[in-house]
Amino acid sequence: MSHLLSQLWLAQASEAGAVGATADSIVSWLLGNGGALFSLINTVILVLTAIVEQLLNAPAPWLLALVVALLGLWRVSAAFGLLSLLGLNLVQAMGLWEPMVSSLALVLTASLLALAIGLPLGVLAARQRSIWQLTRPLLDLMQTMPAFVYLIPAVMLFSTGAVPSVIATLIFAMPPVVRLTVLGIRQVPADLIEAGRSFGCSEWQLLTKVQLPNALPTLMTGVNQTIMLALSMVVIASMIGGGGLGDVVLRGIQQLNIGLGFEGGLAVVILAVILDRLSQSLSTPPSRSARDRVRSLATLWRIR
Amino acid sequence: MNEPIRLQQVWKSFGGRPGASPAELLQSSEARVAVQDVSLEIRAGEIFVVMGLSGSGKSTLLRMINGLISPSLGVVEIEGRPLQQFSRGELRALRRRSMAMVFQSFALFPQRSALENAAFGLEMAGIPRRQRLAKAQQALERVGLGGDLHRKPDQLSGGMRQRVGLARALALDPPVLLMDEAFSALDPLIRADMQDLLLDLQREHRRTIVFISHDLDEAVRIGDRIALMKDGRLLQCDTAETLFRAPAEQAVAEFFRGVDPAGVLTLGAIAEPSPPTDGWDPKDPDLTVLSSAMLLKEAIPIVTTANRPVAVVGNDHHLIGSVSPNTILRALSR
Repeated sequence: MSHLLSQLWLAQASEAGAVGATADSIVSWLLGNGGALFSLINTVILVLTAIVEQLLNAPAPWLLALVVALLGLWRVSAAFGLLSLLGLNLVQAMGLWEPMVSSLALVLTASLLALAIGLPLGVLAARQRSIWQLTRPLLDLMQTMPAFVYLIPAVMLFSTGAVPSVIATLIFAMPPVVRLTVLGIRQVPADLIEAGRSFGCSEWQLLTKVQLPNALPTLMTGVNQTIMLALSMVVIASMIGGGGLGDVVLRGIQQLNIGLGFEGGLAVVILAVILDRLSQSLSTPPSRSARDRVRSLATLWRIR
Repeated sequence: MNEPIRLQQVWKSFGGRPGASPAELLQSSEARVAVQDVSLEIRAGEIFVVMGLSGSGKSTLLRMINGLISPSLGVVEIEGRPLQQFSRGELRALRRRSMAMVFQSFALFPQRSALENAAFGLEMAGIPRRQRLAKAQQALERVGLGGDLHRKPDQLSGGMRQRVGLARALALDPPVLLMDEAFSALDPLIRADMQDLLLDLQREHRRTIVFISHDLDEAVRIGDRIALMKDGRLLQCDTAETLFRAPAEQAVAEFFRGVDPAGVLTLGAIAEPSPPTDGWDPKDPDLTVLSSAMLLKEAIPIVTTANRPVAVVGNDHHLIGSVSPNTILRALSR
């Protein structure tokens, strides 16, 4: 005990103490014993990121911008469609298209994985008290840990580049979707559950026909939050070689180049707004028909 | 399904040790006893009203009939089999095929249209989409909502919502309907409409209807028989008339204190045993003959306009006795 205390006491700011040393040895142990698993995860994420990036790069920039604008027109509003078209053109004009697409690829890959793990986990946790009791402290830990801290084990396990960025991002971005899935399912009124059971729902039917449809708006808020957290983490992950827009900002900081930093930051904001509004719109069906929206677009031109 | 629904010495307590004896349940501080030693038989094809104040255990009783709640002690028998013997699959099949439930809070699925709500039970039973929508539409048309098939619950009024709730149950065409305070949340006028609708439906096609209510007027109006409950105990179970005329205990009489006797008493119960006239001839064309099952409130206009006593006959048309305006006045003033 005194040995441990003295170690803690003597620990310098630049060196980790006893707790840190334990974490360090856990990571080393993982590296030594889980090599095959890590290389598998490495390959999967690498391939997935490459596929997403390829897909995003397949159409010409103007075509992708147009597709996003049309999506915005359909799901959100005419003004939003127009603004996103302008914003994406600005990104292209600043010469930041390529880093934006690679950031977007990282965000989408990490979000996809976070949702693939988080949604089923949330469903399980909502229905099984014991799973929730196990999950909850883990989520608390994931949310309270400063974002930078995820970068260190990620780098140690997966070196630098896209893979540790995606991993750090998916861990950082997963809590909201789990929490809000749990919340959404728990909030389904008890009389609807009872109605479901009284009409002979099996457990699976109860989940898919009663609980999930009623939890959908809350669930989609979780999806939105996860995507937004993923974007913020992807920018930070540029410090471990994630690349993309974060890299541009980082260069701006390192070179004290205010202009470059501002352009990078602006591109992040444009991407963030588009991702936010589009993912938010998933939770509600479009209130007006596409034709109405085109018509409202037309009114934008009618200057009085 | 012609088998009655039987409850034999059914107890339900929330909390408390599983398998505890009745005495233990009543004494335990953790156990909240909702239903105490209830035995009754619900006959096929009758409207059976379980009536009691809130907290009397009537909703718990209803949920033990379709197995949403299982009794702590005692046996619930459906289709001649104890419910405890049903496997989970059999229980689901029973709910999809034989008994549908209507809720006080409507419990409609907000993201589904009226039509999709009405088709819910059939969907769970795996009926193909086109078929189940057709059946659901028929059910909605029957309850008077043929024009609102594609509206969502939040676009419907309370009365219309409960019509959807009723259609959701009727779409399954179940031999048993379980109605949990189904009309309690509705305005009085709409409630009366819904009661009429239920009675019409019952005339078209007889079902066993277990109807939970805290409104004695409603119970008297629609119930073939009424079970009165208080604090989890069954006080008495009989026709409204018998409960009114021969209450088993003081609590039963108290329930009926404010009830209009003309809506409960039948001619058979008050008829004077003497024939209407000395030389009574059933073939006399001037003579008014009424059924012994007729309620006083229906008979009053007829009896008061006839200028002599009216004959009362039983089911097989044999003479039971006679009724004059005086007889009715005497019965009402008692």
